[in-house]
Amino acid sequence: MASNLNRLSRFNLASLALGLAFLYLPIVILVIYSFNASRLVTVWGGWSLRWYTEFFNDRAMLDAAWMSCRVALASATLATLLGTLAAVGLSRGERFKGRMLFSGMLYAPLVMPEIITGLSLLLLFVALNAERGFWTVTFAHTTLTICFVAVVVQSRLGALDRSLEEAAMDLGCSPARAFAAVTLPLIVPAIAAGWMLALTLSLDDLVIASFTTGPGSETLPIRIYSEVRLGVKPEINAICTLVIGLIAMVIVVASFASKLSSTRGESAAPL
Amino acid sequence: MAEQLSQPDPQPVAESATPEPVTVAADPPLLRIDGVVKTFGAVRAVDRLSLDIGAGEFFALLGPSGCGKTTLLRMLAGFETPDQGRILLDGKDIAQMLPHQRPVNMMFQNYALFPHLSVRDNIAFGLKRARMPGSEIAARVAEMVALVRLEGLEKRKPDQLSGGQRQRVALARSLARRPRVLLLDEPLAALDKKLRESTQAELMELQRRLGMTFIVVTHDQDEAMTMADHIGVMDQGRLEQVATPRQLYEAPRSRWVAEFVGDVNLFEGEPRPDEAGRIAVATRDAGTIFAAEPPDTLTKTKVCVAVRPEKVKLSRRGPALDAGHAHAVNRLEGVVTEVSYLGGLTVYKVKLDSGAVLRSSMANTARLETEAYSVAQRVVAWFAPDDCVVLEQ
Amino acid sequence: MSARRIFARPARFAAIAPYLWMVLFFLVPFGFVLKISLSQTVIAQPPYSPVFDLSEGFAAIRAALAALSLDNFRLLVSDDLYVLSYLRSLVVAAVSTSILLVIGYPIAYGMARLPRRWQSVAMVLVIVPFWTSFLIRIYAWINILQHDGLLNRILLALHLVSAPVVWLSTDSAMYLGIVYSYLPFMVLPLYATLAKMEPALEEAASDLGASPRLVFWLVTFPLSLPGVAAGILLCFIPIVGEFVIPDLLAGSDSLMIGQTLWLEFFTNKDWPVASAAAVLLLVLLLVPLLFYERLQRRQLEGGR
Repeated sequence: MASNLNRLSRFNLASLALGLAFLYLPIVILVIYSFNASRLVTVWGGWSLRWYTEFFNDRAMLDAAWMSCRVALASATLATLLGTLAAVGLSRGERFKGRMLFSGMLYAPLVMPEIITGLSLLLLFVALNAERGFWTVTFAHTTLTICFVAVVVQSRLGALDRSLEEAAMDLGCSPARAFAAVTLPLIVPAIAAGWMLALTLSLDDLVIASFTTGPGSETLPIRIYSEVRLGVKPEINAICTLVIGLIAMVIVVASFASKLSSTRGESAAPL
Repeated sequence: MAEQLSQPDPQPVAESATPEPVTVAADPPLLRIDGVVKTFGAVRAVDRLSLDIGAGEFFALLGPSGCGKTTLLRMLAGFETPDQGRILLDGKDIAQMLPHQRPVNMMFQNYALFPHLSVRDNIAFGLKRARMPGSEIAARVAEMVALVRLEGLEKRKPDQLSGGQRQRVALARSLARRPRVLLLDEPLAALDKKLRESTQAELMELQRRLGMTFIVVTHDQDEAMTMADHIGVMDQGRLEQVATPRQLYEAPRSRWVAEFVGDVNLFEGEPRPDEAGRIAVATRDAGTIFAAEPPDTLTKTKVCVAVRPEKVKLSRRGPALDAGHAHAVNRLEGVVTEVSYLGGLTVYKVKLDSGAVLRSSMANTARLETEAYSVAQRVVAWFAPDDCVVLEQ
Repeated sequence: MSARRIFARPARFAAIAPYLWMVLFFLVPFGFVLKISLSQTVIAQPPYSPVFDLSEGFAAIRAALAALSLDNFRLLVSDDLYVLSYLRSLVVAAVSTSILLVIGYPIAYGMARLPRRWQSVAMVLVIVPFWTSFLIRIYAWINILQHDGLLNRILLALHLVSAPVVWLSTDSAMYLGIVYSYLPFMVLPLYATLAKMEPALEEAASDLGASPRLVFWLVTFPLSLPGVAAGILLCFIPIVGEFVIPDLLAGSDSLMIGQTLWLEFFTNKDWPVASAAAVLLLVLLLVPLLFYERLQRRQLEGGR
């Protein structure tokens, strides 16, 4: 970059550092306080794992966490399947009837206020007379996260060199075989990243789950929310830290996957 | 020029009066393209194109970008289906077949190597689809690896190879199935200049050794001239001329071909018959130019005389002429306006007295300047009637 | 037929399942929302009437259709509670989006100026909080902002204030929470456009005599407008419907429409009014939503 344009650099760096500090400081503070021995959340009483043991003895909280994990795994898997199919249809299907409607429906939940999605799904489940619980939340989360998977996979498919598929066909593959032998292996990292994104979104969701769940099947965010409304409790700090740790692990895996995905495919072009 | 090219139907067959006989297709031809049309929206990418290509031939499709040559190649591979016309391979129409059903393989311009597969698996890819037994696949892959000299690199992934190595993997992969015809889309475009020259030679050697039919698409005329037995020059979806490299250069069929292939001086004028099988063209810019061998289709009143720069000689006083051969050469006078020294040859621009500019290129056969001309010097430019080609406007 | 068309048929076939899914779980539910928004509240299960029952025959459905009315919408536009909720939502979304743009742009610009290698690191660092639970991030702020929280203790220790300041249940806390939660949504699209920009363009502008400030305003900023638009839409639309952040951080004297809707639904059990509120909210967001949809499609299909 031209040296005279570097004059902005110090300002750039400062804003970047401040921005990142703003993003991370509250989380770091939360994590630190989760190890606080004192019952008073803001008084430092030395390091302790007390609140973690408290959490592991809290039956309701553990049930909610287990419910959240099951919902997240089921809905992420379903959403990945459907989202990948949708991405393939949109990026390889060319023009077809209802394409506008399809992509509109698919991508609207990306920005649609969750409260509307949640309400509309609940009304559907009521009309269908479905028993609310694990499956209704799972289907609701699937609907919410399909679009995220589709975005990730579709952008990968769009960046893929189309002549790879042509080359596979030229070498004797039917279109379906060409997809299985060449396209699919190249988009697997994107599919994995989409799955993990869906997983964390499902673990995170409060609003839609609140609408679509039934009595006796609370998810972790619903449980945390009702506790938080009553005030800060050190036990919540511990749970949040555990969730952050879990998600951090998922992110590390996901970033490895996306690194793999970005170095393949396009780099085959010689120029 | 565009008007001139959209004349009703220039049947693109090589049959003009030319120094060499044209033997484009053996009988019956391996590949016959018959009246093929391909339209994209309002654009006719390929327009009623017919062409025969014989077995064992190295054929080049040459043309500017957007002329339809790549579309034609992709129709041969099966990636596009013609709107009209037939593509006969060994007498069988393959125009509607899907790519994987055709005994034709293609080497892609960007190579399209599968990034997730090793060199070996890339080469074996097509063989596995053909359900070849494992031992045969291994043998064939080894043969191909040896053929393109990639020994020791079988386990590498494409992104661990150099540009030249990738090109050879792509070649091996498309050759592995022993296709009836190998299609090469700009096979050397991605290589740097030095590598391109050596690879040209390798491709030619390989084609001769395998006796396979190669059809190469290129926009680089040097590449086409060097490698191909026959060249089809395309413009706006049509074949302008199909000929050997030499014919294409020395006996272009149209003004467009003359201008597209190599450098050329053109003079427009009106023809009138002259004695001894010659033709005299009265031009505005260069007086009367004599040319040999009038084309049999000389019916138009407007023609164009083409002469290549290296056929134009310069001297201070002009050639010594016998009295009886006053008309043996075309003789023009002018002033040198530009001298471009290019190493092997020097290109002069001579402004004729009529104001027109004539280009002459002279080989620098001696190290020391013996016959050099400088700017503003008055010179005589001359060329033989045999070196002129009369083209219809 | 071309190579792409050869692939198109099986690809369209693949889209059938997600298509049907989205029709069932996205389109049809909106039909229900619309229908219930036109119904009356009753104390029953389900708590609205009329209820369509196909088994009761055509006449019953006609009667049910006749019972639909726009009463709920009339209530929404005449009752101050709802009108103020909508207004507050729009104001909060507009203000927060502006703050986000002002804060997010320098961050994105800083990222785009980093050496290539560090850019991807910075991007991961910005994305990570987005992957961390939304609720947890708000909770982290409650920790800091509460009466005897870290912020007040620091301010007291520095003698900047003499008594603890009330942070929680104020609009400042809500704005802080919104900006904090949505910052990645603003930064990432901005960064994406800024990083794609040809550095030679800025160099050319400065070569032609523009000062760094002018280079930014005449070249960099205009070229980043698609990213600005994406960032604004990506933040504005969901913030209008936001529920959790105002519920946990803002006071209860004025509500955003998301809170009002929640209240009607869960506390008052007035499903028809809640549905009508949702319909109206959607109508309100239709223009930005369509705009966003176009942007999204152009971005995903631009590379083809």
